[in-house]
Amino acid sequence: MHITLNINGESRTVDVFPMARLLDVLREQLHLTGTKEGCGEGECGACTVVLDGQIVNSCLVPVAQVNGSDIKTIEGVAHQDQLHAVQQAFIDHGGAQCGICTPGMVLAAVDLLNRIPQSSETEIRNGLAGNLCRCTGYMKIFESVVRAYQK
Amino acid sequence: MTDHPIGKPIPRKEGRKKVTGQALYVDDLSFPEMLHGATVRSPAARGKITNISFEGDIPWDEFVIVTAADIPGANYVALILNDQPYLADGFVNHPEEPVLLLAHKDKYLVEEARRNVRIEIEELPAVFSLEDSLAKKEIIWGEDNVFKKFLVDKGNVDEAWAIADLIIEGEYETGAQEQLYIENNGAIAIANATEGVTVWGSMQCPYYVHKALVKLFELPDEKIRIIQTETGGGFGGKEEYPSLIAGHAALLAWKSGKPVKIIYDRAEDMVATTKRHPSRTRHKTAVTKDGKLLAIEINFVIDGGAYCTLSPVVLSRGTIHAAGPYVCPNVRIHSRAVATNVPPHGAFRGFGAPQSIFALERHMDKVAHAVGVSPEEFRRRNFIHEGETTATSQIIRERVEMDHLLTRALGLSDYHAKRERFARENHVSNGGFSKKRGIGFATFMHGAGFTGSGEVYLQSVVSAEATAEGKVRILAASTEIGQGTNTIFSQIASEALGLDFELIEIVQPDTGHVPNSGPTVASRTSMVVGKLVESAVLGLRQTLVGSGLLSQEYNDGDFKKACAEYIAKFGSLKTSSTYQPPPNVHWDDEKYQGDAYGAYAWAVYVAEVSFDELTYEARVEDFVAIQEVGRVLNPVLAAGQIEGGVAQAIGFTLFENVVWKDGRMANNQMTNYIIPTPADIPPIRVFFEENPYAYGPGGAKGIGELPMDGAAPAILNAIENATGVSFTTIPLMPEGLMKAFV
Repeated sequence: MHITLNINGESRTVDVFPMARLLDVLREQLHLTGTKEGCGEGECGACTVVLDGQIVNSCLVPVAQVNGSDIKTIEGVAHQDQLHAVQQAFIDHGGAQCGICTPGMVLAAVDLLNRIPQSSETEIRNGLAGNLCRCTGYMKIFESVVRAYQK
Repeated sequence: MTDHPIGKPIPRKEGRKKVTGQALYVDDLSFPEMLHGATVRSPAARGKITNISFEGDIPWDEFVIVTAADIPGANYVALILNDQPYLADGFVNHPEEPVLLLAHKDKYLVEEARRNVRIEIEELPAVFSLEDSLAKKEIIWGEDNVFKKFLVDKGNVDEAWAIADLIIEGEYETGAQEQLYIENNGAIAIANATEGVTVWGSMQCPYYVHKALVKLFELPDEKIRIIQTETGGGFGGKEEYPSLIAGHAALLAWKSGKPVKIIYDRAEDMVATTKRHPSRTRHKTAVTKDGKLLAIEINFVIDGGAYCTLSPVVLSRGTIHAAGPYVCPNVRIHSRAVATNVPPHGAFRGFGAPQSIFALERHMDKVAHAVGVSPEEFRRRNFIHEGETTATSQIIRERVEMDHLLTRALGLSDYHAKRERFARENHVSNGGFSKKRGIGFATFMHGAGFTGSGEVYLQSVVSAEATAEGKVRILAASTEIGQGTNTIFSQIASEALGLDFELIEIVQPDTGHVPNSGPTVASRTSMVVGKLVESAVLGLRQTLVGSGLLSQEYNDGDFKKACAEYIAKFGSLKTSSTYQPPPNVHWDDEKYQGDAYGAYAWAVYVAEVSFDELTYEARVEDFVAIQEVGRVLNPVLAAGQIEGGVAQAIGFTLFENVVWKDGRMANNQMTNYIIPTPADIPPIRVFFEENPYAYGPGGAKGIGELPMDGAAPAILNAIENATGVSFTTIPLMPEGLMKAFV
């Protein structure tokens, strides 16, 4: 089937298998490889994207459900060369190590700060609880989120 | 001249492409006409392959199929004993052992096809535990199931038992642990007889893969090229395993003549790849009544799985660290790595040391209790100092201040006041169920670099090359896997040359272009390879100064001009540096005595826990990690290493339980193998003491593995403080805690 998606502000039409995972359509057909697969079962959050304003695990979304939707991926977070404050804070304060969880983590953090601009530590922990990182022990991710909103 | 970058929180060099999603990992790459590969694996633990049939409604004639018979060279993964086949040839030794490879252009059809290959096995009795392996319930490997054994023998333990005031024994166990890098294993290969074999992959050690593929294809060195792509975490899990998946992709590419990509999904990665070696450690300790160690006897056994892989080296590190940062005149350590019919266990951060240190630091609390002194006082009476000798009779030639580290750690964690308060409050009943609190610690050390003569055998090389634009390119095989290699190497080079950080470029590890700097393991990248980076770039400066094109004092512009002139005159400017051991390092491989490591990092970790009497959940509420790692090259990256390692170690202790069923991991999903989430981790408070190491770049020692060592015993010591129960096995899940109370 053909579906049309508004991805990072750009309208794209793709011919898809209806039950294909949104994750695979993004990566393989739209070549947006910044969205990563970590577990394929909605546990790790590496495939996080923003779907009509809500963060979702794109590995759990059949693409037929999202015809006509707005989707934001990591490629759409910075404005040209201008990084989002969360991205800059992740660089400056050690929020990214190996980088594989980073796209999902950044999107979750941006979403959190959109909802709760001055998140408390508990709100940050809960807001990012669906995104797993194996490198950082999370301390520098929490710090990056705080630094981002302090800016 | 720029400001000195060493010691500063310079942002990660490749940070921008990671936060924007531009960093390319192996699964992000694609080649024209690329096929997708899959691995068909053994359904049984041990037995003869009697039949393989291709079933279902699958267009089998469209598939490329590779079996052991298609292998052009040697059918083994070249590593230590070369006992592991790339593809089982008539016989399997563990569940999920690779038997056959498939490739097709449709990756969904490949998966469908994989499920329609039926492998029939005439099963033979198998061994699934290290106890059964030691008991030789069945001989499954060699003559006695033993891959390797070591004996460390210092002084005379046997004479000490008679004169001891007290002898205390204990037994401790640790479980398997999955590395759980968030990027699964993957590789892409192009292979044919004219061009040779090229592999792109997620890996820690390109030259390990190179060595293995030279044997697999029986091709000359220059016909095999291995390129590391951005790597989404390793933790040891991408030390030796990539040799296998790279070989598989290359075999399919060789037969098909097309590029082949193999990417494991999480379930396959967890069920089939290596894990931390399970262990069992027995301690027998002789002490005087005033709490001085007289003798330590340790029996340390690790479960290596079905093939040897790196087990001898893991065993070695675990053995050498087993007696810890204490001085004791008589030490005997027997250790063995044994075979079982489970997928081979392999490298994982800490490499045997977290297992033996867990046992030691639980046991030291037990001994203190038996002597009647506090855990703190007992350790203070036995800490090693400069000039004293370790278990391998290595004389410690650096300043060691375990007493000071302990004092500082206990102060920062408010240990004494909490110990008193918890003792008081834990007795107050809260009308039935309540939360109890406890606090405990562990004191330990971790050697950096390869053990003993290892670095001398490796003969690592780093090259540096200047460009006509005045940039300095570092050519090393050390990989960036999240720990900060790119940034640290750039800081070292920038500092050594007095050049701007941005003028340093790190060349992508590619065996076609970079020399063999040894593997990215063993906490050796900063200390050992970083030192080679420093000397290689200093060689560039020496050449420029020697040629008269650069004076001793210069700025970025002078350097650029000199490079341009030198290259115009001589064509290129490149220097290399080869490993030289520090003076006074002697190691006896036969007796396992001598200078086991060039330098050690020293640490004290304190854990505060709560224990919920209703749910039997133990939680870490606060964590203080203090360590001396020489000079800290980059405080943000260094703290990131410690925080990440401690979180992984908290998982090892309280969360991560590999459930085995007939030699196969039964919970091979992130849904039921639980790693700590953002909601589970306590504040991890990291502190450094800096004592520059004379032979490390800028004074640095190793850091990467250290934080894996101390958390588990500190947490169980704290749980004992909270509950009064001495637990000896990890992972310690609520079910395990419950058993002690009902």
